[in-house]
Amino acid sequence: MKTKNGTPARKVQEKKSDKYYYASQWRLMARKFRRHKLAMVSTVVLLIFYLIAIFGNFIAPQGTEQYEGRYVNCPPTRVHLFHEGKLIGPFVYGLKTERDPVTYMAQFAENTEKIYRIRFFAQGDEGGEYRWLGLFPSNLHLFEAEEGGRVFLFGTDNMGRDLFSRVILGAQISLFIPVVGMLMTLVLGLAIGSLAGYFGGWVDTVIQRVIEVVRSFPQVPLWMALSAAIPKTMKPAQVFMLMTVILSLVSWPGLARVVRSKFISVKKEDFIMAARISGAPASKLITRHMIPSFLSYIIVDMTMAIPSLIIGETTLSFLGLGLRSPATSWGVLLQETNKLETIMFYNWKLIPMLFVFLSVLAFNFMGDGLRDAADPYK
Amino acid sequence: MDNVLLEIRNLSKVYDSKGVSVRALSDVNLTVMRGETIGIVGESGCGKTTLGRCVVRGIDATSGEVLFHTEDGVIDFLKATGAQMKKYRKDIQMIFQDPYASLDPRMTVFDIISEPLRYNTRMSAKEIEQAVDRIAEQVGLNKAYLRRYPHAFSGGQRQRIGIARSLILQPKLIVCDEAVSALDVSIQAQIINLLEDLQKEYHLTYLFISHALSVVRHISDRVMVMYLGRMVEFGETEALFAHPMHPYTQALLSAVPQPDPDISVDRIILEGEVPNPANPPSGCHFHPRCAYATERCRTEAPPLVNHDGRLVACWECGKCQGKT
Repeated sequence: MKTKNGTPARKVQEKKSDKYYYASQWRLMARKFRRHKLAMVSTVVLLIFYLIAIFGNFIAPQGTEQYEGRYVNCPPTRVHLFHEGKLIGPFVYGLKTERDPVTYMAQFAENTEKIYRIRFFAQGDEGGEYRWLGLFPSNLHLFEAEEGGRVFLFGTDNMGRDLFSRVILGAQISLFIPVVGMLMTLVLGLAIGSLAGYFGGWVDTVIQRVIEVVRSFPQVPLWMALSAAIPKTMKPAQVFMLMTVILSLVSWPGLARVVRSKFISVKKEDFIMAARISGAPASKLITRHMIPSFLSYIIVDMTMAIPSLIIGETTLSFLGLGLRSPATSWGVLLQETNKLETIMFYNWKLIPMLFVFLSVLAFNFMGDGLRDAADPYK
Repeated sequence: MDNVLLEIRNLSKVYDSKGVSVRALSDVNLTVMRGETIGIVGESGCGKTTLGRCVVRGIDATSGEVLFHTEDGVIDFLKATGAQMKKYRKDIQMIFQDPYASLDPRMTVFDIISEPLRYNTRMSAKEIEQAVDRIAEQVGLNKAYLRRYPHAFSGGQRQRIGIARSLILQPKLIVCDEAVSALDVSIQAQIINLLEDLQKEYHLTYLFISHALSVVRHISDRVMVMYLGRMVEFGETEALFAHPMHPYTQALLSAVPQPDPDISVDRIILEGEVPNPANPPSGCHFHPRCAYATERCRTEAPPLVNHDGRLVACWECGKCQGKT
């Protein structure tokens, strides 16, 4: 039997299985994960989101502190390619104010006499300066309209701030607070859960009771109380750190419990006893055998918990307990949608919700895929 | 140096759980000589595995001593200090029953086999590699496969990996806990031959725990029969298999399948079931199922009595001799 390119089929198969035999747990997981289409798509979506957040200051035309007093509540501007049948490349028309003949509300309309091309990799206006990753000062932006023109891809808010910029800058907070919070939860939960699960006895009893006490507080009010305690004068960066601490302080008990139960079940495994008989000290037993044996489950658990943290942060900020303008997050942006009027006349202000929705959904699907791949030996 | 390797004295293990205590092992005594193989048999739940695990300190015994005869004199392995453990841990190793559960699936075969060396010796990376290569060859593992993970191997190959791991420290005693029970019969034979070869080469001592009586008969020098956590009979393998003295041993041996269809066997069918170890019968644990039980058996536990080198725990020892 031969395959297309002439190599014997048996040899090809051998090569394939060889790869399988040499594959570590994580490689086997990756193989299984790649077969889960929805999870792969979600992972790509999340990667794009995170890249956008990391390069946020560059992609967003406006900085957090900039605003345009003349363009309050402006709807999304259209980007055109053709003017009167001629190809010009991407451009926007100028904006003029009109009154609606029925409601007398101020409205923006396109002034087709004025054409402003969109320039790519352009220097931004004054106030658009930023430090990339907090280190490299720059004012380079992905796109800007020519002098005098305005591009508001997602419209503006009631202070004339570009919503597109704010959604992207908000992603930096809304997407990173849950991840940093989760990492802190992981450290706390692993440490405390390991203590309880490995030593058992009175250590376990004490930790279990503490967990029960912490868990018996309702989560949202606890978040609210802790967030309300953040001084109003704090810098956004400090508020960010405090919020991650708050989120992890509230969510570690759940993880600690999972870790503890995993420890108790894995303690009875033969390969753990085998390692002990080999003379492995407790520290090696925990770090080399026990934690690796359930780490994949823990990671899955944490991925599945991130959506609730995204929603948690959004909720807190929406209620005005998290970050405050001009610092921004998706929750802060949604604060403006708490009036019926907004939804009726300025429905573009709901766009941030779409991003919350998409990222929560993507994390859930990715978690599903990870869960299916978590134990490649079964 | 005397010829005794290990003395197990009054070893007991009680499992306590929510007010119910189960005596898995009660006052077991056993003297193990250097280089011999002791078979430990009994039905499920009789305490064979608990005995093995207590001896290697895989679990902590409730009371009793495991006296280990070393160059530095006799030490109690169960109460050994940190420094003593460091020195003698490597002398008592174990082969596990389930070759699938006893290998960490997240480590390569090389890491699994070399792990004991990392904890017990100060060998360089190169020395470790040589030691692993040597042992792999001895147990019949292809060197080229050492960088693979356990999931790439069959049951028999995995058991070879487990044997290599237990051998790499050159121990004096190996507890084989049902070491071949999970394998196919043909593979069983291979592994048993391997164990025998290794025993000759390294002058190993085995505690061979198994419920497979034919295997035990083949490999053991002496056999210990257990019932509900107690030793009921102990003696030379051939003598014990030819003339079992305890009624339980008789019943157990009569259950061995006979390959020759022309030989008819009088099966001794035991009545009743294995009693609940949490609430064992009074006196001799075996009396509710024993055909020869008397009033004395119901109230007093029989001591082990020496009958010409055979230890038997039975009040009515003479009675049933004509039967076999």
